[in-house]
Amino acid sequence: MKYSAFSIFREGLSGNRGWKPAWREPDPKAHYDVIIVGGGGHGLATAYYLAKNHGITNVAVLEKGYLGSGNVGRNTTIVRANYLLEGNEPFYAHSLRLWEGLEQELNFNAMMSQRGVINLYHSDGQRDAFARRGNAMRLAGEDAELLDREQVRALVPFLDFDNARFPVQGGLMQRRGGTARHDGVAWGYARGADSRGVDLIQNCEVTGIRREGGRVTGVETTRGFIGCNRLGLAAAGNSGQVAEMAGMRLPIESQVLQAFVSEGLKPFIDQVVTFGAALFYLSQSDKGGLVFGGSLDMYNSYAQRGNLATVESVMEAACAMVPSISRVKVLRAWGGVMDMSMDGSPIIDRTPLDNLYLNCGWCYGGFKATPASGWCFAHLLATGESHELACALRLDRFTRGYQIDETGHGAQANLH
Amino acid sequence: MASLIPCPHCGLRPKEEFSIRGDAAPVRPRPDAPFDAWDAYVHLRDNVRGVMHEHWQHVGGCRRWLVVERDTFTHAVHAVTDAADFTRAQGAPTGGGGASAASGTRTGKGRAKR
Ligand SMILES: Cc1cc2nc3c(=O)[nH]c(=O)nc-3n(C[C@H](O)[C@H](O)[C@H](O)COP(=O)(O)OP(=O)(O)OC[C@H]3O[C@@H](n4cnc5c(N)ncnc54)[C@H](O)[C@@H]3O)c2cc1C
Ligand SMILES: [Zn+2]
Repeated sequence: MKYSAFSIFREGLSGNRGWKPAWREPDPKAHYDVIIVGGGGHGLATAYYLAKNHGITNVAVLEKGYLGSGNVGRNTTIVRANYLLEGNEPFYAHSLRLWEGLEQELNFNAMMSQRGVINLYHSDGQRDAFARRGNAMRLAGEDAELLDREQVRALVPFLDFDNARFPVQGGLMQRRGGTARHDGVAWGYARGADSRGVDLIQNCEVTGIRREGGRVTGVETTRGFIGCNRLGLAAAGNSGQVAEMAGMRLPIESQVLQAFVSEGLKPFIDQVVTFGAALFYLSQSDKGGLVFGGSLDMYNSYAQRGNLATVESVMEAACAMVPSISRVKVLRAWGGVMDMSMDGSPIIDRTPLDNLYLNCGWCYGGFKATPASGWCFAHLLATGESHELACALRLDRFTRGYQIDETGHGAQANLH
Repeated sequence: MASLIPCPHCGLRPKEEFSIRGDAAPVRPRPDAPFDAWDAYVHLRDNVRGVMHEHWQHVGGCRRWLVVERDTFTHAVHAVTDAADFTRAQGAPTGGGGASAASGTRTGKGRAKR
């Protein structure tokens, strides 16, 4: 069923009784060409591009809960391509270009809003670092503008510009960055994959990976054994657990990140603004709620909820950056389990097992990567070779000393 | 997670006084250990889902390094031991990582109130 203004009009006249479910609910077959573990954004996008770009449709996505129950439905929806390093920036640039055509491609309203992302700077040193980053972005063909204090003030006048400790000196702006409706993206890819013949199997937890002579033969699940020729893991925060089923240890720690939504306000902030003095970012949803978050809780967790101490520090950062929101009430808070890698960059690669492929290490920036991650992981699963945009995102880069460490923090997962 | 942590030296203290270093299981290899051992120590993690030992430092108190036994799924804190006691209880200094300490040396709430 094609969605259009006309279909909304027609269904409106007929009492909305003609809508069909957006995807089937099939029972698992005994065997698939490709099985993908994890029905988050990345797993669903991978299935979609396997079918669309490579014509491989005998594919199942196995999801232990419901589609989008993981981080894809928990993030703060920021989409941007403002990375510094060569191994990262072309990949995220490709992702942003896919985002720009995504809704037409999927015939689904993902509410992609290129409202601009501003990273504030508060010192000369930070300004220089952002100028360098902006230049790297432009070299990769992305847009970047270094705004001075008055240019920032014209866009977001309510910041605490004269803060004694962290005065706002300006910001690095990427105008093509913005936000997208996170569930919409998952649903759009799910619908697109399903309509091309992919089986989306929910409430199906993978509990074991069956192996024979260095190859995977299939997966044990809560809905029985399912065989496959190739297996792709896209389990985000649970990557370590799933990889362990194949006897692997990963350069990953699972940590919790929280997010918050306030009561609805009138239009207040048009862009996404990130604080340069503490890890804090703020935008406003179309419903009016302020959407914001800060840093990790800094400890290993699989609990999908965080701690009060972090709530407090995020609220302090909020009030430091935008004093006028100090009386706004917070409506909801939640947490997601992040797959924090040892250099802060993702992994899309083969594994020591012949037909097992790995997609993980997204830290807290994997939502923006969803289209490119699916694109490149599908390429890897279909051809056995890394896509040129993901050729630096290798699993063995840690052993070889080719880390892609944007922040320069070294192998301490929670500092990235 | 509990908001009060029983430090074996300072008693029950607010969680915010502690800073969390992470998994206490990886043990630093000898300088001449093979490359693989160093690679694994620096990069690879068990990423435990369940009970795990972690290095915490009581930065806002005695500044001792502690080993906290904590559940990564429920966030329950089970025991807090001084890191030196923990290592001693494990026997040899290279003794195998995440194995639990002998129960006699664990410092739960009881001893912390001392
Ligand atoms: C609070 C928060 C804010 C964030 N903000 C941003 C942001 O602003 N911008 C950005 O780019 N990124 C952001 N992120 C990060 C982003 O959400 C993730 O990196 C990304 O969603 C991870 O990929 P995914 O969508 O495939 O993960 P998920 O949606 O988590 O998908 C993984 C799926 O695997 C399933 N699974 C796990 N184990 C098994 C198993 N054994 N069997 C079957 N299924 C299994 C899980 O149930 C889950 O549905 C944020 C994350 C959080 C939590
Ligand atoms: Zn103490």
